[in-house]
Amino acid sequence: MDAKLKRNYILTGVAVLILALFLFWAGKNLDGYKIQILNLIAVNIILALSLNLIYGFTGLFSLGHAGFMAIGAYTCSLLILPAAQKHAMYILQAPMWPFSVMHAPFFLAILIAGLVAALFGIIIGFPVLRLGGDYLGIATLGFAEIIRVVANNIPRVTNGALGLKGIPPYSNLWWNYGWCLLTLYVIIRLVKSNFGNTLKAIRDDEVAARAMGIDTFRCRMTSFVIGAFFAGVGGALLASLITTIDPKMFNFILTFNVLMIVVAGGLGSITGTVLAGVVITVLLEWLRFVENPVTIGSLTLQGVPGMRMVVFSVALLFIILFRHQGIMGKREFNWDWFLGLFRRRGEAR
Amino acid sequence: MSLAMFVQHLFNALTLGSLYALIAIGYTMVYGILRLINFAHGEIFMMGAYFVFWGVTLFHLPWPIAVIGAILVTSMAGIMVDRVAYKPLRNAPRISALISSIGVSFFLQNFAIVVFSAIPRAVQRPDWLVKVIVIDKIRILPLTLVFPVLSFILMMGLLYVVYRTKPGLGMRAISKDIETSRLMGVPVNRIIAITFGMGSALAAASGIMWALRYPQLQPVMGVIPGFKAFIAAVFGGIGSIQGAVIGGLVLGFIEIMIVAFLPTLAGYRDAFAFVLLIIILLIMPTGLMGEKLEDKV
Repeated sequence: MDAKLKRNYILTGVAVLILALFLFWAGKNLDGYKIQILNLIAVNIILALSLNLIYGFTGLFSLGHAGFMAIGAYTCSLLILPAAQKHAMYILQAPMWPFSVMHAPFFLAILIAGLVAALFGIIIGFPVLRLGGDYLGIATLGFAEIIRVVANNIPRVTNGALGLKGIPPYSNLWWNYGWCLLTLYVIIRLVKSNFGNTLKAIRDDEVAARAMGIDTFRCRMTSFVIGAFFAGVGGALLASLITTIDPKMFNFILTFNVLMIVVAGGLGSITGTVLAGVVITVLLEWLRFVENPVTIGSLTLQGVPGMRMVVFSVALLFIILFRHQGIMGKREFNWDWFLGLFRRRGEAR
Repeated sequence: MSLAMFVQHLFNALTLGSLYALIAIGYTMVYGILRLINFAHGEIFMMGAYFVFWGVTLFHLPWPIAVIGAILVTSMAGIMVDRVAYKPLRNAPRISALISSIGVSFFLQNFAIVVFSAIPRAVQRPDWLVKVIVIDKIRILPLTLVFPVLSFILMMGLLYVVYRTKPGLGMRAISKDIETSRLMGVPVNRIIAITFGMGSALAAASGIMWALRYPQLQPVMGVIPGFKAFIAAVFGGIGSIQGAVIGGLVLGFIEIMIVAFLPTLAGYRDAFAFVLLIIILLIMPTGLMGEKLEDKV
């Protein structure tokens, strides 16, 4: 048993090393667009993992992800923007005092962004986590909308509808994949711990869990707040990645994209979330071709704006209608299975 | 604020409230029967508005025919949505149908962008609806008189169907217990289709009036009214038609009156409904007239 554990650690280390080598290679050889897609994959995986913790493992149907992302994105951006740039940018009203001068290095800014999002998670969690099922979904959706409307209306903090521009593009492959691996590690450890079992018990039967003496509210709150933290981190990385944010960006579609990844990967499967994060991010970019003019021989088809999201939503419908457990269901990747793959093939030969 | 101003706001609030109420009825009926938040309802509302203005501008139909035609087509669309996206999931976990409805909602929105284009369209309004009436300093648009009355007639019609006809009896039976109703010989799928059809027809009527009140069409026009109407339904007690009507009217009044009395809050207008929602869920989770749902063990 011990030897197996050791083997798994080594294999995981090797996998991380391979990823690092790949990133090193990618950073040197791929063009900006492809690197941007790789970055987006990492951010989307962080976001989807946090939602999977909340929804897939704890059974809290939360639609408030865009709100936490907005909080994280704004907090981080305000912390890493230089004071002079803020003064130049706020043309509606001058920035308010603490926000006008505060500054932090990137890593600290992301951490604070996550913590602020987590704090909002606690504040919103007290009223809404007592609700069940769809009511929780609609209440968290309401929360996200309120955040968006408020961000639009406090120009002294957020620069209102104009949004923030020229956010320093610190976020790169190393930051994004570093945070992605950290998120992955924390969530795997959490889910595999006894606390993770408690969460699954609440998800599967809340009444029974309560009868077993589980403080369901506290467990739900912990899971919700950890999810909110990582959603804030994801938002912060995203802000620095695309360098421009405004309140309109954090609408329901953003939550929907993350939800799509979680559902497609399989609720309650970390492996599924990672796989779906890669597939869907690439697919969403690749689908841009349907909106561009296509030339086949002498025939030129005009691109259709909006077609990308049509295809995307049809894909979601197909998944829900014909395979509602997602790619992986609740199954997970493990090294035994991976090695078995080779062994079996070897034996067959 | 002068009395004349107040009366004008009152009529605006009544109009907005009755439009919310019409949408909210669709949410509450579907929720009452299937325990499903039909996220696609806002898009049905949007389709109703687009169909009428297609009928009028593209096919040069007279207004009454265009309106009736659009309502019929939209209610067919509502039934289609149920058939395609919800019916196969009747026995799946409830959350699957919810996600499916979000998918349908996005599909319809983006399909509308493809078909109608994302550019907002102006709406040509018939003169008699927008010629300002002046009664002793009070200036009101005729449509703020006509729309509440029309909505009221539609609601009465709906209540008649629900409480005085056989399909209505079926709806009420299904909302109590779907399995028992099936055993008692209620044609469950047909009744559900009728429910979707009627809810969609009311949403279409509301969408048409909305487009005449705020004369602009765009593919995402249904999202915010849809959410707000859902909140109205929760406020009134989800599952209760009378509750949805009261909820819609209250929400309309709150929105118009807060902006009228506290103009500095105008920017937060879209947030009122959501704040109201969270407050309601905290102090009265079953709404004004809702039945208490308990977790079955």
